[in-house]
Amino acid sequence: MQSATARPALHGLLAEYRSAQKLVAAAEQAHRAGFRAMDAYTPYPIEHLSEVVCDHHKSKVPLICLTGGVVGALAGWALVYWTSTIAYPVNVGGRPFNSWPAFIPVIFECTILFAAFAAGIGMIALNRLPEPYHPVFNVARFREVGARDGYFLCIEATDPRFEPAATREFLLASGAVEVNDVAP
Amino acid sequence: MSVADLPNARPPGDLPVLAPGHGPASITDKISSVVFGRMPIWFYVAMAIAFGGAMVLLASLTKLVFTGIGIWGNNQPVGWGFDIINFVWWIGIGHAGTLISAILLLLRQEWRTSINRFAEAMTLFAVACALIYPLFHTGRPWLAAYWLLPYPNTMGMWPNFRSPLIWDVFAVSTYASVSALFWYIGLIPDLAVMRDKAKKLWQRKTYGLFSMGWRNSARHWHNYESAYLLLAGLSTPLVLSVHSVVSFDFASGQIPGWHATIFPPYFVAGAVFAGFAMVLTLAIPLRRAFGLEDFITTKHLDNMGRVMLVTGLIVGYGYVMELFTAWYSGNLYEMYMVKNRLFGPYSWIYYLLIVCNILAIQPLWLQRFRRSVVSLWVISMFVNFGMWFERFVIIPMSLHRDFLPSSWDMYNPTRWDFATFFGSIGLFLALMFLFVRVLPAIAMFEMKTLTPDAKIKEGAH
Repeated sequence: MQSATARPALHGLLAEYRSAQKLVAAAEQAHRAGFRAMDAYTPYPIEHLSEVVCDHHKSKVPLICLTGGVVGALAGWALVYWTSTIAYPVNVGGRPFNSWPAFIPVIFECTILFAAFAAGIGMIALNRLPEPYHPVFNVARFREVGARDGYFLCIEATDPRFEPAATREFLLASGAVEVNDVAP
Repeated sequence: MSVADLPNARPPGDLPVLAPGHGPASITDKISSVVFGRMPIWFYVAMAIAFGGAMVLLASLTKLVFTGIGIWGNNQPVGWGFDIINFVWWIGIGHAGTLISAILLLLRQEWRTSINRFAEAMTLFAVACALIYPLFHTGRPWLAAYWLLPYPNTMGMWPNFRSPLIWDVFAVSTYASVSALFWYIGLIPDLAVMRDKAKKLWQRKTYGLFSMGWRNSARHWHNYESAYLLLAGLSTPLVLSVHSVVSFDFASGQIPGWHATIFPPYFVAGAVFAGFAMVLTLAIPLRRAFGLEDFITTKHLDNMGRVMLVTGLIVGYGYVMELFTAWYSGNLYEMYMVKNRLFGPYSWIYYLLIVCNILAIQPLWLQRFRRSVVSLWVISMFVNFGMWFERFVIIPMSLHRDFLPSSWDMYNPTRWDFATFFGSIGLFLALMFLFVRVLPAIAMFEMKTLTPDAKIKEGAH
């Protein structure tokens, strides 16, 4: 059980850059310097930046989506097979109860439905949304331009290499126009 | 139809997909100002008219539920009239939204970016309008639950999964759910922008609730981009399956005029054709009214005109093949179906169809007509009507004279048929007006990726 006093005094340092290009360069520099507990904030996705910040780990969304699709196909097949041959077999024009070619459309739609919702909900869950509170919003400048046209890099205090003064120097040297403390 | 039939990405002439001089900030300000600004008077007048239409729909459905489908013109042998015509028409209109948001994304067509958001909204609302018809044409929608959906009921009954009508239920409901999901996922980052830009507390809270605390984190974008691309990949076969399955409702029946293998591709092409026409019908007034010409540029209109021409020609090929197959089959009933189309009592609708869907689109071969808003809008209206006539030709015209002359009859839609149809158009427009009023009609974060700022050169490692 941790008490409130055990919380770090700082979530991290938030540096703002003038352009996406400068932010990407700074993120690469921070990655080379060994920082891993960091995150970047941009108003639109930048593929290369995400790769650097995520330490080149692949997203797990495709795997979740595939699992959803397989489960959907099996569930769809089980539904149609069980109802049409076991629970409620109906003779339609002498066709076999397990008339599988006629079952394809329903199984296909179930596959797509499950795969799509697995991808969507998986993405939301992996991103730990909904998240009503996040420290980065404590920085006024971030609230102002974060979603509009701001480019930010945050090095978090949990990183073993994090030293408030030295990291601030590092961020300023990497081309930041402003570095703010992020209250936890 | 295959995706290869779509025009390529090369700009015709040198038109930009985004007017020069825009950066992330100006895009945010311009697009969100539509929502946060004051609406002109005409907007409220138009909304009131559309909402009045929605009330007409409500009244006619109420009358239907209390009286039964006898208030419609459906009879024997024309068991499917306006109900199914309107269902297929609306579903078809929806297809352009998914085509723009999914297929054109996979094909890396940058021009899709500014029109995908409201085209997807159009899809959702069109599918909502479409769903009304199959549900209410049962006459007893409360019973339709166990006719249509597989759920364990006390009667121990299950739907017949060999029936195309059940395939249709699954296809359309999956399509509606996945389109809604795709649309919402696409909206999350923009809802966060709206949350941060909103001045009033209740607006911040509402947008904040739906944006789920999105903060544009690169770690989030990483999963987001992956999910968005997967949803596009999944929507692509889905959208092609939906109208194929709708066409099975007809093609697997034996009525002359329905029993044709060309139906699935012909229906899908027709759906895209109808959908692009509706996108143009809505986009042209929208960009003018809110000054969005920088984002929905002449290039977009030109490209949409091309897609309309190509899909229209595929549909035209379908019409010709229907005639040819009937003649080539040597089948008495098939040949009579064609004769009835060309010279029967409803032949004037068939000729209207040819005028609207084949002749009216021919000017689109010329750049001059593709780049003029007036001509494009007029042509798109022709296509909207033409595609409705096409469904009239396929459905009641095939049914009213089938195999036995003794069972032939004419089909006369009643005023309730028209009231329901115009009512659903009112509902559709009212939903579109609401959408433009409360949500950003153009995807801001995607527009920002088109700015010069976003072109990142990867540094050396």
